[in-house]
Amino acid sequence: MSNHLKNITLRIWRQAGPAAKGNFETHVVDEITDEASFLEMLDILNDKLVTEGKEAVVFDHDCREGICGTCSLMIDGQAHGPQRGTATCQLHMRQFKSNDTITIEPWRASAFPIIKDLMVDRSAFDRIIESGGYITADTGGAPDANLIPISKIVADAAMDSAACIGCGACVAACPNGAANLFTGAKIAHLSRLPQGQAERYSRVEAMVETMDERFGSCTNHGECEAACPKEISIDVIALMNKDFRKAKFSNRKDLARK
Amino acid sequence: MAQAVTSQRGPVTGTATHKRKKRPFLLDLYSTAVGKKYVMGITGIAMMGFVLFHMIGNLKMYMGAADLDHYAHFLQTLLYPLAPKGWVLWILRGGLISMLFLHLHAAWSLTRLNRHARPVKYQSKRDYQIANFASRTMRWSGIIVLAFLVWHLLDLTFGVVNSHVGEMITHSGDEESVKSVYASVVHSFDRTPVALFYVVANILLGIHLFHGTWSIFQSLGWNNPRFNTWRRGFATGFAAIVVLGNVSFPIAVMAGIVG
Repeated sequence: MSNHLKNITLRIWRQAGPAAKGNFETHVVDEITDEASFLEMLDILNDKLVTEGKEAVVFDHDCREGICGTCSLMIDGQAHGPQRGTATCQLHMRQFKSNDTITIEPWRASAFPIIKDLMVDRSAFDRIIESGGYITADTGGAPDANLIPISKIVADAAMDSAACIGCGACVAACPNGAANLFTGAKIAHLSRLPQGQAERYSRVEAMVETMDERFGSCTNHGECEAACPKEISIDVIALMNKDFRKAKFSNRKDLARK
Repeated sequence: MAQAVTSQRGPVTGTATHKRKKRPFLLDLYSTAVGKKYVMGITGIAMMGFVLFHMIGNLKMYMGAADLDHYAHFLQTLLYPLAPKGWVLWILRGGLISMLFLHLHAAWSLTRLNRHARPVKYQSKRDYQIANFASRTMRWSGIIVLAFLVWHLLDLTFGVVNSHVGEMITHSGDEESVKSVYASVVHSFDRTPVALFYVVANILLGIHLFHGTWSIFQSLGWNNPRFNTWRRGFATGFAAIVVLGNVSFPIAVMAGIVG
């Protein structure tokens, strides 16, 4: 049975462009079914705004099934809203009550400049991936599946990190605007698997240093883990730190041989 | 449609080569945020060792004036006659001063980096889930403990604000006179505001240690399912032991147990 929520007040951040000064704008949604997702609620609001000849609220969204990492939104001071392990697109209005006031802000970090309203540019993540978030594979005939034996435990651990959808909630939730959970997840994903070993240490060095140029630093609050829609553990940050240390030492030795 | 303004976009090649200025090894490590966190952690461990042994040493005051004064004399003449009197102590102090300096410098530059990473704050109230009072106030607890440290050195080490520092006493059975540390401590804590500042600063030190000790494991990459569950317990226990020991001294003096 669906219920209807009444009189939802939305305080939405509106900003005309990257350099424009933004402010909160208040809109009231008179009635909405609790089966609507949060983004559907915004769609309905946008329909109303367009009908009234006003400009629709700009927000990022794509797959709407929690796997693409496009949606964002700081909802009532929490990245991806109040439900744990859930991206905004999978958050439903049943998490709210009638007469609630919901505040919606974009991710805020210098690496994530606001494009318009609630949409931010997360290409700083691409810069981190470019610098090492890949494995170099030979071309030629495709190898048989499961040619390289990988233990179940290792495969599961790597998969837990590979679950990262790159939404940026970790950066948004971090009081320091750090990207350690994102970078750590990518590093843990690749360096736990045999395919990732060849570039293991050059990868961690390059990715960490690229991350440093754009993001803040980790002070171990754990807010990123709480905000992550894929519930990636901050254990990956410790793994990244360990590999970074090893990389600095081993790369130093290797360079000395030249 | 106008092109979106992006943060400094590097070459989008898929295999962007990473160019960095070559520096000597340690400076290279320290130039990264992760490297600075290593420095925070390692210097933190050194200072944790100091606060623990400082507390344990001071427990001697419960055994009487002669015991505490002899312990202080032992520190002053550490490794004597191999090394001249006071030298080893100053070498240890030099180590601690450099640890403190590195800890402060790393904290200062990481704070600047973090401020830079979010120049525009959230305009609505944040709803923190995990971050606790200790982790949110590391800078403040650290600064207040630093201020206390300055006072503490002026009080009991250099005697600028304590007329009893430097007085000599010959305990019964001794041939030589030693510095009367016990008398300085009692004089210091007989002043109620000083004792209160001491208690407050030590509670803040405990809060700093509660987050810092746990944090070390993450920063130094010591993450292992075998011991992950007791990292928090270790941090709590360590902070509690140091605080309880230290706070007991002014209370003992004010209660007349010591003095």
